[in-house]
Amino acid sequence: MSVAVTGIGVVAPGEPGVKPYWAMLTSGRTATRRITAFDPAGLRSQLAAECDFDAEREGLTDAEATRMDRSAQLAVVAMREAVRDSGLDVDGGDPYRTGVSIGCAVGATVGLEQQYVPLSDHGRDWLMRSATPAPHLYGYMVPSTIAAEVARAYGARGPVGLVSTGCTSGLDAVGHAMRQITGGAADVMIAGATDAPISPITMACFDAIKATSPDNDRPESASRPFDRDRRGFVMGEGAAVFVLERTDRARRRGAHVYAELAGYASRSNAYHMTGLKPDGREMAEAIRVAMDRARIGATDIGYVNAHGSGTKQNDRHETAAFKRALGPHAYDVPVSSIKSMIGHSLGAIGSLELAACALTIEHGVVPPTANLHTRDPECDLDYVPRTARECDVDVVLSVGSGFGGFQSAVVMTAPGWRR
Amino acid sequence: MNGAPVFTGVGVVAPTGVGTGAHWSAVLAGEGALAPVDRFDVSGYPVGVAGLVRGFDAGACLPGRLVVQTDHWTHMGLAAADLALDDAGADPAELSEFDLGVTTASSSGGTEFGQHEMERLWAQGPGHVTVYQSIAWFYAATTGQISIRHGMRGRCGVLAAEQAGGLDALAAARGDLRDGARLIVTGGTDASLCPYGLVAQITSGLLSPCADADRAYLPFDVRAGGYCPGEGGAMFVLEDPESARARGARAYGRLTGHGATFDPQPDPWPGPPAPSYAPSGEGLWRAVEIALDDAGLAPADIDVVFADASGVPAADRAECRVIRTVFGPRGVPVTAPKTMTGRLYAGGAPLDVASALLAIRDQVIPPTINVTEPADAGIDLVGAVPREARIRHALVLARGHGGFNSAAVLSA
Repeated sequence: MSVAVTGIGVVAPGEPGVKPYWAMLTSGRTATRRITAFDPAGLRSQLAAECDFDAEREGLTDAEATRMDRSAQLAVVAMREAVRDSGLDVDGGDPYRTGVSIGCAVGATVGLEQQYVPLSDHGRDWLMRSATPAPHLYGYMVPSTIAAEVARAYGARGPVGLVSTGCTSGLDAVGHAMRQITGGAADVMIAGATDAPISPITMACFDAIKATSPDNDRPESASRPFDRDRRGFVMGEGAAVFVLERTDRARRRGAHVYAELAGYASRSNAYHMTGLKPDGREMAEAIRVAMDRARIGATDIGYVNAHGSGTKQNDRHETAAFKRALGPHAYDVPVSSIKSMIGHSLGAIGSLELAACALTIEHGVVPPTANLHTRDPECDLDYVPRTARECDVDVVLSVGSGFGGFQSAVVMTAPGWRR
Repeated sequence: MNGAPVFTGVGVVAPTGVGTGAHWSAVLAGEGALAPVDRFDVSGYPVGVAGLVRGFDAGACLPGRLVVQTDHWTHMGLAAADLALDDAGADPAELSEFDLGVTTASSSGGTEFGQHEMERLWAQGPGHVTVYQSIAWFYAATTGQISIRHGMRGRCGVLAAEQAGGLDALAAARGDLRDGARLIVTGGTDASLCPYGLVAQITSGLLSPCADADRAYLPFDVRAGGYCPGEGGAMFVLEDPESARARGARAYGRLTGHGATFDPQPDPWPGPPAPSYAPSGEGLWRAVEIALDDAGLAPADIDVVFADASGVPAADRAECRVIRTVFGPRGVPVTAPKTMTGRLYAGGAPLDVASALLAIRDQVIPPTINVTEPADAGIDLVGAVPREARIRHALVLARGHGGFNSAAVLSA
């Protein structure tokens, strides 16, 4: 049974909404800049791709804006756009047959840290005995609140959960939702991912392992996946949410189908929490199984949306994985990383990338890898440098790789496409 | 996979004991493990009783570098996974690496580790945050470390649904087995009994302020006034039945049914002022119906219910209503061994599953302690003494803060 994507909602770096998102990705513009969310002085990496997000302008009530951490706000706004887009009749279906699956890597770090600072007197009181009111703190500590807020805002009563597998969360949450539908637990899934990690503690923890780019003097071109001169990833934030439903159901109600989710698989390297073996073996295995489940061959794939974080080890690892999984076709298929434009929003990025994949199928345009001027000699595939490319794409592969050693792959096809 | 997956290994790290034997003998003896928190000074908080894991030495069962790189929650998860794999007699190295997965529940991640690092950041500056913060704090740390420790290269998963997540993780593990995996380490632990974790839990408004360990957590009692938090949990080896049979593994029981639903909470939720946790019970009722249907069973087939046992009166009433509706007045024995441990969040439902599997093995229902004045006469609450019974099918209920409901059926 295949699963149809019938609605898309996006809050990405830059202006919220699917239209501005796609306009940015196809123009090759970048949203990376010096951090404005807080004063980043003192950090090694002072850059991020930030969402120009105003809760009130995006329709959140005062209560929602006060209660919800930024990660939940982004997700709820993206959900509402996706539901409007899908034409789903919220009151018409059985709410117990509608579930929610939201991916998120680091949860409500902004809210947790904002509450921590006064409660601990700026880290001076370990026992945190300050009487500062913190009515929403428990909701921030348990990341499931983010999925609960989305479910509550929609009115879903089916299976609801937060998927938190680090940087593959955005693919794994969609994979989880696919299984809820194909396994019969739900007819409709509100699925996607969110993360709002641009906070001092999250920036500092990636500083500590030197994973993020220190190119503070050229923020707009700091994210340079596959480029010889790349210096790490640039932090991002955002959310993408989809309405997913059984394809036959979507057809019956005459919904517009952007694409079908045809295969998902995930494997782990069981090697290192942050390190990657250069051979790409486990990511290749995830790709192989996802293709197998989608019943496609390597040569069917018309576009590969890469993890492309812009760290040397990632770019080489996944280039090896593509060659291992796709054989000679790896050299023929366009491969690009939109992290070059919107940074790496940790748990959210997998869903933002799937949104880009669905729009690629819809519009016949492959987004580029911005800032790619001189390829890393060990990265010798067609990374679609700097300029978007028009081409009809029926089958897309999107991959993710993350801390914990997790490697995930999703195959998406044009609606009704059969090999 | 044909048929229901089988539990072939159980690993417990809980306030009631480390190891299944210690846990089960304490539970059957009704030995409550709730006690005043002595790990740090709690005199300034309006709460003080919790279920701490005693006698657990991470350094004695894990390599020193792992202890340094991970939070207490992951220490307990790794130790429970070791115990479960050992109990199952399963050597991952003898199985195909891509057929082995890990799916855990997490409710709040590496809370104490995170507090230490935020303290370093805010008191000393960004250069003082350690390199391990990025891999210790996030919710996937335990799953990732178990995968690495045992060379398990199949799909890895992490689900968060507060206390309900522990059952949802088992269902996800079952999904992986249906997709072709052979063996999954699954379950959950939690450890938020540090100042930041406790302060955050207090803001939910659901914790019991009572300082008397025997009276602080009294679910279903007329005196109920909130719950006590605890730490620890349980991990399992869940296997494809054919694969388990082929290697001659012993089976504790089978995971035959699961249902999950959500109750949207009334506005404004959550708080202020807390608490506003008043589930209608409709969602939990639907979760039970879905789980029974999934298992192909009727209510009369269920021999015992392990209750969610919130301890918050409105939530207790809702759960009683569901149990009475499905099973009839006093229609099934109901127990809450978590009266001995407190609520363990991501570890809570897995610990109940461990006790349910042991109940099926020994044909005895574990007790509910301290509850002497039940509020609902329509509930056949097992009292302070274990009850011998024929147990073929057990139902485990779990609800997570914010509206999550989950139900699982375990069968002999």
